[in-house]
Amino acid sequence: MRTSTRRSHRLMALAAVAALTTGVLAGCSSDSDGTSSNASDSGKGKTTLTVGTFGVFGYKQAGLYDEYMKLHPNITIKEDVTTRTDVYWPKVLTRLQAGAGTDDIQAIEVGNITEAVQTQADKFVDLGKDVDKSQWLPWKNAQATTKDGKQIGLGTDTGPMAICYRKDLFQKAGLPTDRTQLANLWKGDWSKYVNVGKDYMKKAPKGTKFVDSASSVYNAAIGGESQRYYDKDGNVIWDKSTGVKAAWNAAMAVATSNMSAKLKQFDPTWDQGFANASFATVACPAWMMGYIQEKSGTAGSGKWDVAAAPTAANWGGSFLGVPTASKHQADAVALAKWLTAPEQQEKVFAKQASFPSTPAAYPNLKPAAATTAYFSNAPITQIFSDSAKTIPVQVFGIKDQPIGTAITDVGILQVEQKGKTPAQGWSAATKEIKDVLGQ
Amino acid sequence: MSSSKQALAHPAPGSGAAPGHQPGAARGGRGTPAPGTSSWRSRLYRWDMKASPYAFISPFFIIFGAFGLIPLLYTAWYSLHNVQLSSLDHKTWAGLDNYRNLLSSDFFWNALKNTFTIGLISTVPQLLMAIGIAHLLNYRLRGSTVWRVVMLTPYATSVAAATLVFTLLYSWDGGMVNWLLHFVGVDAINWRESTWGSQFAVSSIVIWRWTGYNALIYLAAMQAIPADLYESAAIDGANRWQQFRHVTIPQLRPTILFTVVVSTIGATQLFGEPLLFGGVSGSKGGSEHQYQTLGLYMYDQGWIIGNLGKASAIAWSMFLILLIVAAINLLFTRRLRKSQ
Repeated sequence: MRTSTRRSHRLMALAAVAALTTGVLAGCSSDSDGTSSNASDSGKGKTTLTVGTFGVFGYKQAGLYDEYMKLHPNITIKEDVTTRTDVYWPKVLTRLQAGAGTDDIQAIEVGNITEAVQTQADKFVDLGKDVDKSQWLPWKNAQATTKDGKQIGLGTDTGPMAICYRKDLFQKAGLPTDRTQLANLWKGDWSKYVNVGKDYMKKAPKGTKFVDSASSVYNAAIGGESQRYYDKDGNVIWDKSTGVKAAWNAAMAVATSNMSAKLKQFDPTWDQGFANASFATVACPAWMMGYIQEKSGTAGSGKWDVAAAPTAANWGGSFLGVPTASKHQADAVALAKWLTAPEQQEKVFAKQASFPSTPAAYPNLKPAAATTAYFSNAPITQIFSDSAKTIPVQVFGIKDQPIGTAITDVGILQVEQKGKTPAQGWSAATKEIKDVLGQ
Repeated sequence: MSSSKQALAHPAPGSGAAPGHQPGAARGGRGTPAPGTSSWRSRLYRWDMKASPYAFISPFFIIFGAFGLIPLLYTAWYSLHNVQLSSLDHKTWAGLDNYRNLLSSDFFWNALKNTFTIGLISTVPQLLMAIGIAHLLNYRLRGSTVWRVVMLTPYATSVAAATLVFTLLYSWDGGMVNWLLHFVGVDAINWRESTWGSQFAVSSIVIWRWTGYNALIYLAAMQAIPADLYESAAIDGANRWQQFRHVTIPQLRPTILFTVVVSTIGATQLFGEPLLFGGVSGSKGGSEHQYQTLGLYMYDQGWIIGNLGKASAIAWSMFLILLIVAAINLLFTRRLRKSQ
């Protein structure tokens, strides 16, 4: 009797150990499915759709998910947010290729869209067939379309650019404060903008600089160039690109002068710069409007104004794609179409000024009253839609993002913060890009 | 080795109904059923005796296999291929190209050098301070528990939170460190972009987080030192400092060695602090890679640039470096043992 209970104890212990280990192992294999759509299909034919996004897309904030769920009672939407794109995108890439763990809708940033189009097209549903493509800006569609005409993503927002500037600081520096006058002053050429900066620095209010960083000028300038780092056939041409040259020269003019506050964008110190009004201008894509309001706070209200940028430029913007791994493709496509329709893009704009990629929405755009007031009643919609309509068609490439980072965060930063010469900065960036491209 | 055998052999007699010298004898001692059953039982029993210990330790090895060994080997396989993050299924054989690439890459040697210097300027002061603090905490103090808990709080804070605060303290314009320095007439230092400044700043985060932890380990070891050693030293006329040098330190030797090994491994793998200290695109480790450690270099290559083959080669190089470090440590230990 005694031995048998003992043995059964032991067997039970063994069984428990076995169960635990298999449990742990099974846990890791089925984990990826947990984030996917089949997580909670249980309740009475209800379908749960997950939307994978990064940063702040504003769908939840604008109440779009709730609205859709009210319209479609059998759908539940869950958003799966990753703050940073550079963390989000590698995760999506591995999940797409594993064929598991993806969300039903996956957001794609413009810097990654070419990589997605060229390497992951077979992992996405072709969305071009079901929509009226003419709703979107033509270049927005083109960016998400493969050579054989498959469109893997629907355009969400774009990043038309303007110059946000502090009226109060401009006034103290003895410069004009009127937005059309300023826009005319630097119209057409970033070097004219740099010249205004030189004037500003002659009488700059104490403790302030003209612009936040040289990199922000670079990003704004390259955003208006049709030639970037790749040509149409996918060859790397960054070192010969006229666009890169022009943007680099503008950035160098800033970096080698005293007009830059030498901040790194999206660093906490940059945020403090907004709060302390330590720079007078910043190249601002539409999506940055909300950021400025938040970081400058109430003290900046009515002191910021918006003028057209020297060149029509685009910085940022995204797409929504539906991975073929989704278990509810039809429902996901319907939701993606609905979220990117002009009416919904209008609502997101009203909430957080993310600028639509659907021109049909432009006449009806109404920014939030608070935003308009904050930026001195500037005709924000007008400025941004003028820019959006004239942005040149840009060619992107697979390693666009790392190449851009190498130029701004290695080349330009060395000149701006370490006192290197532009030639030294250029060769450092060249070396870095060769490493990126594995040359 | 022999002690563990005894430990295993010990429960054997106890598990039978009657005490005996051999498990088989214990079975036979019960002696009712037919010999056939008995041998079956004893075989089962012997099998049980042999297999159970392995079953009990198996969870660790199964998990280690799944999350340690297989990825390790897979990484080795990857490191011999050209693999891009965007096309994992289309890897092409590259032989030792990735390693050859690394050896000829300035970025790799730079990262190795940075790992070494940051490791050195973070580990050495950290351990020295830890011994000093442990020594102070070893005195009879009012509210000693409070002090000990306070020492451990930095260790309990997250890397992210600590680094964020340090980044603000070290910010070029309006940071507290530069503000304090200006009182002693030092010009503002660009902590993030200067080479020594950034390495010092990263090290200071490491030091802040780990000193208390090491101090507690030293303190535990110090409290195990017999008091009569100090008494006899005192009778011989040794003052406090001499006691510390000639009694405490020699007694702490094995503990010091342990902390050195653990800190070295930690320093080789340094990742979170420099990444977060760099802020946006922190994986570059500064515009001149002045604080890019091997861990950051690997992350940058693999997940930012998307060259997983090369990143795998870096991972294996780090592993080999750790093996070398471990070998050096082993040699030191042997030396120390012999000298004792």
